[in-house]
Amino acid sequence: MDRRTVFNGRLLPVVLLLPQLLLTLFFFYWPAAEAVWSSLTTQDAFGQDWVFVGLDNFQDLFDDPLYLDSAVRTVFFCLSVSVLAMCIALALAVFADRQIAGRGVYRTLLIWPYAIAPAMSAVLFLFVLNPRVGLLGRWLNRHGVAWDYTLNGSQAMLMVMSASAWKQVSYNFIFFLAGLQSIPRAVIEAARMDGAKGWRRFRTITFPLLSPTTFFLLVVNVVYAAFDTFGTIYALTQGGPGKDTETLVIKVFRDGVINQDIGSSSAQSVVLMLGVILITAIQFRFMGKRTLS
Amino acid sequence: MKRRTLLAAPFAVAATRARAVEKTRIVWWHAMTAALAEEIGRIAGGFNASQDQVEIQAIYKGGYADTLTATIAASRAGQAPHLVQVFEVGTGTMLAAGKAVKPIWELAKETGLAIDPKAYIPAVRGYYSLIDGRMASMPFNSSTAVMWYNKDAFRKAGLDPDKAPATWQEVRKAAETIKTKDAAPVAMTTSWPTWIQLEQYSALHNLPFATKSDGFDGLDAELVFNTKQHVKHIERLLEMSKDGSFKYAGRDTAPDPLIVSGEAAISFGSSSSRGNLVKSAKFDWGEAYLPFDPEITKKPENSIIGGASLWIMTAPDRNPGEYKAVAEFLKYIGKPEVDSTWSQNTGYVPVTFAGYELSKQQGYYTKNVGADIPVEQLARGSLTPNTKGLRLGRLPEIRNIIQEELEKALQGGQTAQQAMDVAVTRGNKVLREFAKAVRA
Repeated sequence: MDRRTVFNGRLLPVVLLLPQLLLTLFFFYWPAAEAVWSSLTTQDAFGQDWVFVGLDNFQDLFDDPLYLDSAVRTVFFCLSVSVLAMCIALALAVFADRQIAGRGVYRTLLIWPYAIAPAMSAVLFLFVLNPRVGLLGRWLNRHGVAWDYTLNGSQAMLMVMSASAWKQVSYNFIFFLAGLQSIPRAVIEAARMDGAKGWRRFRTITFPLLSPTTFFLLVVNVVYAAFDTFGTIYALTQGGPGKDTETLVIKVFRDGVINQDIGSSSAQSVVLMLGVILITAIQFRFMGKRTLS
Repeated sequence: MKRRTLLAAPFAVAATRARAVEKTRIVWWHAMTAALAEEIGRIAGGFNASQDQVEIQAIYKGGYADTLTATIAASRAGQAPHLVQVFEVGTGTMLAAGKAVKPIWELAKETGLAIDPKAYIPAVRGYYSLIDGRMASMPFNSSTAVMWYNKDAFRKAGLDPDKAPATWQEVRKAAETIKTKDAAPVAMTTSWPTWIQLEQYSALHNLPFATKSDGFDGLDAELVFNTKQHVKHIERLLEMSKDGSFKYAGRDTAPDPLIVSGEAAISFGSSSSRGNLVKSAKFDWGEAYLPFDPEITKKPENSIIGGASLWIMTAPDRNPGEYKAVAEFLKYIGKPEVDSTWSQNTGYVPVTFAGYELSKQQGYYTKNVGADIPVEQLARGSLTPNTKGLRLGRLPEIRNIIQEELEKALQGGQTAQQAMDVAVTRGNKVLREFAKAVRA
């Protein structure tokens, strides 16, 4: 089914595309070009003087062990958050896909957290996990677990991971549920007739058929964990204790907005931009192949 | 163009008639919230009512860091406000801002504003002045660090509530007693770990925090807070943290609630917490001088300030009349009655001697025992190159670095010496980058 509208002349298509092109130009290309330019300079905070320094900022960045630590930490954080958020969402989706009473209610409740702002979800976690005011935090300390994420890096990491993953579960849930519903019943029935039991049926039939959804979600989750978790992390730990929860995005913000180191911060955002371009390219390539085949 | 002028003329005349004099409008960005913001409003309103030439508009622009960022962005776009409140650690950045700012001494020369630096308390004035004594920004809200303690907890532990520990040895002993007698859930904590336990500690003991008079003498200053004396103090904190007599409770003001709620028996914090304690503390509390270590000095020097000052910003289309208006406003806030009211209502210290004297005459300090400790602590001794304050670029970043390394040491990941050494190395790198960017 190839439906194609053919325009005569060039004016109309250009006019129709113009709003989107302008938006992209002003909100993406312009700032991106500005970032690339700033990353090649050293300038004072007030932008009165600048010198062109070539790739010095990048050189400094990759010579800085703290930056590399932050990059490794970010990769670890992204993968953990993605796996955590996807596993929980998949489990919930499989259960919600069954014929059970009140299915609609479960589904709605599971989708709710998606509508909560990152900073608010952080506050919710504070109420639960803060060692002095949080319900669970106080309970842990009363029962002999020295829970204090202001000083314990691993605990802080665990907390920001849970808070970030919790917010993403709903999103994943929607997609997994839709994915599950689009699996033809006939295939499942056939497997059942052949005697495949619950887990085996899931492993050999359902999960493989879900793989396009899973792959799409993996990409989306990694991008979410890398970029959209800023609010959550900043509100919970501000990257601390030490640098134990400082991801690349937190570092860009700290260096650019708080420390006013425009050159280095721009260089970092250019690196991040390349990362996103890479991930998106991979996604397009694989997804494109799948739709073609 | 001409036609438009002609058309506009009658309206202009009408407007002039309606308001005899067109007021000069100036904009002031500040970073104060809640009760402090109300006081800002009171000052702006008082100034507007005091004359009919100038109208000042005070606008809240977020916290200190946000306000500074907003100012920088506005300045880059040629839209800077006339006046902006910048925290003390932003002073190095502002001094390096060149034409974007107009230092007080330059404003005084251009507008004939009579400002006598000697009217300001030296520890306050020094922080915002060049090495030759010229004032760069206008002292406004200044605080310093003090020791707060819970007298009820002291009584419970069998300590004398009216005699606050004066030395670190005494503080440690008191904290240990409180801990063993279980007189309070937290024996000792500290707000602003870097400002109080390193910056103030250096000033009190006349130790350099950085070379070149703590950065006043040049951009090539280097951090030196990893000396034996500094490390000894950090070690003391680490040991106390291990045996439970000191509880690290986070950065900046995060630990403040511990003393106000009565959970902590001893805490170090900003003198501007007084208002909060008066309002919320349901126990008998006391304010005391920061402790010192007699093994390093017998006579502690003055402490250094925190808080913020007012900077005058430039913009491409700004006319001399506007600067004149700014000068009028600065003259107004320097008046003893404005200064003392602001100080009494907020808990900040008076920045002028006259303001301090006026509060004394009004009996404010006899009615509020201990409220004069911050001023006395700031004004004692004679300023040395180590007690004028810090003149270092990107100081907020350096504070973060120190806190990160300190937290690592508190987790047991490194010794006090290692923590200070690493912080000095990392901090010096930041200073080099700042110097490079400023010289660019």
